[in-house]
Amino acid sequence: MLESLQTGLYGLTAGVSTLFTSGGPNVIMLLIAAVLLYLGVKKDVEPLLLVPIGFGCFLVNIPLSDLMESGGLLKILYDMGISNEVFPLLIFIGIGAMIDFGSLLENPKMLLFGAAGQFGIFFTLLLALALGFPQLEAVSIAVIGACDGPTSIYVASQYAPQLLAPISVAAYSYMALVPIIQPPIMRILTTPRERVIKMAPIKRSVSATTKLLFPIVVTLVTGLLAPKGLPLMGTIMLGNFMRECGVVARLTKASENEIANIVTLFLGLAIGGTMEGHAFLKPQTLAIFGMGFVSICMDTVAGVVFGKIVCALTGGKVNPLIGAAGISAFPMAARVVQAQGQLYDKKNHLLMHAAGVNTGGQIGSVVAAAVMLSVLKGMGLI
Amino acid sequence: MDNAKWTFGLTMMIVGMGGTFLTLWVLSLVMDALKRVFPLAAKAGSAEKK
Repeated sequence: MLESLQTGLYGLTAGVSTLFTSGGPNVIMLLIAAVLLYLGVKKDVEPLLLVPIGFGCFLVNIPLSDLMESGGLLKILYDMGISNEVFPLLIFIGIGAMIDFGSLLENPKMLLFGAAGQFGIFFTLLLALALGFPQLEAVSIAVIGACDGPTSIYVASQYAPQLLAPISVAAYSYMALVPIIQPPIMRILTTPRERVIKMAPIKRSVSATTKLLFPIVVTLVTGLLAPKGLPLMGTIMLGNFMRECGVVARLTKASENEIANIVTLFLGLAIGGTMEGHAFLKPQTLAIFGMGFVSICMDTVAGVVFGKIVCALTGGKVNPLIGAAGISAFPMAARVVQAQGQLYDKKNHLLMHAAGVNTGGQIGSVVAAAVMLSVLKGMGLI
Repeated sequence: MDNAKWTFGLTMMIVGMGGTFLTLWVLSLVMDALKRVFPLAAKAGSAEKK
């Protein structure tokens, strides 16, 4: 009888005793989960992701919870959509359905800003290699510079699943920090005269047929040039095609609302589930966060420098500040450019131009990842 | 960093960044061509403005 009582009591106290004996990393992660929840709830930092990620992290770090063991809820969600890359691709359908590429189509040359804004990816790749990360891990870390959560998750889940948690948390955190990271770099790299350059207003010149054919053409061209990235580009363009064709309004709405919301919840929980203390708390996690920061900074530097070059080539018709919007964080980066422009001249409206560059950055980030994967495939590494 | 890593990194940087620029440049040309082939009709434009 006494023995039975003892074993019963052990079952009740096992969690607490594990926490106090070998649960140091879990305690730290519980605090990190609290910080993530605080940032999401109180500071409005990417709440749709940080809340489920924070709660997933909270759940998995309660000792003996078994949520990431075979048959556990978080493990089921992980296997359902992260390990096979389905969740980020479903989110991309929703993103495609939400984005109007009209401002980019008005001036397609803005796409080149979207290319310049990906420099951080390749710079960070060198940095990660220099720090000793293996090739595929370095590639996965570098994609944080795409400033695009789903792309980062897509690449990391395939080629560095052991780094998925820090990479995805870094990617989403830095996306949210774009309004803090970018302005000082924009100010340092531009002169007061450049910042007040007014750009010619955009005239509407895009037909409905062009907007309809755009997703098909983009899918075809990028699919032919960088086939390894076709799942990424194909899904974003599927969403956009549904939006522009106008005959599947229910599917479009479902993609940008119900499906995107459900998948975001599952994705966040599953990523949070990978943040178990013993696996997450390593020096390399800190290094990944550091490299993610450098990556976003270098994206901004390259974008603004490219803007200065275009400004010089066009005889001062382009405000270099718009180069900072050549990243995937949409529409945040475009808003940052507008705010910075108005800081120096309240009548300077750069938003439409920056929105074109920003949607170019959205495509650019996917193209950069697709090109990287195709180059890796060409080199026989994947 | 050993030679193999440098080679890999620089190859990725040159081919990757170059490939990204090239792909997006080709896309911009195709988008320009699309706009020329299917221009915004004057009437449709004014109707849309209303």
